[in-house]
Amino acid sequence: MIEEFMGYQRPKGQVGIRNKIAILPSVSCVNNVIQQIANKVENSVALKHPLGCGQFGTDFSYTLRTLVGLATNPNVYGTLIVGLGCEQMSSKTLRGQIKKSKKPVEFFNLQDVEGGSASAIEKGIKYAKKMADEASELKREPFDFSNLVLGLECGGSDSISGITANPAVGVISDKIVELGGTSILPEFTEWVGTEHLLVKRAINEEIAEKIYTPLRYFIEYTKNQGIDFLGIQPTPGNIEGGLSTIEEKSLGTISKSGKAPIQGVLKYSEKPKGKGLWLMIEPGYDIESMTGLAAAGAQIICMTTGRGSPCGNPIAPVIKLCGNPKTCDWMAMNIDIDASKIITEGKSIEDLAEQIWQRLKAVCNGELTMAENLGFEDLAIWRAMGGFASMLK
Amino acid sequence: MKNNFIIMNSEDNCATSLVEIPKDDEVKLNGGKIIKINQNIPFGHKFALIKISKDDLVKKYGEIIGVATDNIEVGDWIHTHNIKSYYLEMKRDD
Repeated sequence: MIEEFMGYQRPKGQVGIRNKIAILPSVSCVNNVIQQIANKVENSVALKHPLGCGQFGTDFSYTLRTLVGLATNPNVYGTLIVGLGCEQMSSKTLRGQIKKSKKPVEFFNLQDVEGGSASAIEKGIKYAKKMADEASELKREPFDFSNLVLGLECGGSDSISGITANPAVGVISDKIVELGGTSILPEFTEWVGTEHLLVKRAINEEIAEKIYTPLRYFIEYTKNQGIDFLGIQPTPGNIEGGLSTIEEKSLGTISKSGKAPIQGVLKYSEKPKGKGLWLMIEPGYDIESMTGLAAAGAQIICMTTGRGSPCGNPIAPVIKLCGNPKTCDWMAMNIDIDASKIITEGKSIEDLAEQIWQRLKAVCNGELTMAENLGFEDLAIWRAMGGFASMLK
Repeated sequence: MKNNFIIMNSEDNCATSLVEIPKDDEVKLNGGKIIKINQNIPFGHKFALIKISKDDLVKKYGEIIGVATDNIEVGDWIHTHNIKSYYLEMKRDD
């Protein structure tokens, strides 16, 4: 049987699972303006962010790559950029880069519109509505999973995540890779203790080195800052929960990536250069991480959680899985898949993986996730300041 | 039916408890083998499936999660008191 999902064809061979109009502020000064535009336009999403000015070097390029990446994610039909007019991150620069995707893009600066914010909102609504009308004519078509990029996230983990939801997501990641698709594992600080295993999965020595060097640099860097990273891992809470060593803890985390070979290491928000499993250098804050995954082109994200999280993403639907029975009960409205049935009903990891697969297909076909239903669209961009980031530019 | 414990990989020499297993309880493995639990195993903690001698490696997920710092008998609780991290001792090419 050929596994397929119903998606939207985009230019340059991309396939989206949502059909959104992105309303993108070049700088945070116009966040409220673009929110009010998005409020009035069907299927639009306000990509509010706190940056766009006063940034330099790597820091600036990370923000630029992230904003362009979000707008060019296949889930986006077209983008309206609203600038202020005096900021570093000019709307014109953004437009130039987003335009390369061959998708519709419009832009203007608020300072160029007579009548202040009210006129700018009115102008923005006009542009965005026109785009939304065009988008609504597009129909879903069947595509195979080689067109899908899956993001692998975990947040609010507990000692149960690593033995329930994470390995089940690993089965799904392997399945996507087997079907010719792409999967991305972020949060490199949580790989510490497993680098000797990750390097073995690298497709060649060069990639192995790209995994090993930043991790060793990170340990050194934190040591120079007076932080004994290895000395504080696992944490007292982890130990109480049953995790005995750092490698046991990290193995639970990286089990989300299954067993597939590692094709390469991506910078934050960088798009994979091919299919298969990729790692992304990103320090492990859920919202920054999921923003980076969506900017890298992930159309969908699986997020495992133990203690629970309400978070979503404005561009990529987030399927949340929880292995903790109490959290599944208390936060039922925020959890898509109850992975605690491994514990409470004797389900196997394979049973759970099958359930995730069915749900993932349904979400690809348009079914809304819990976070989408709630309208939870969280966005944060990793600020690559300081010595550590400078080596990653 | 509730699972009392989970074995993450067939190569593992430990299992992870999914309930609090009291001392002297017996758990039955898939193959029918019965293991007597020697200490209380808290939820989420590990116990030995086979005898693990001092300096032997402890495996979970089919991978090494540490090295035994003491002899560990079948059914013993495995934690920081009898295993320690091993990965820094592993060579880059191990």
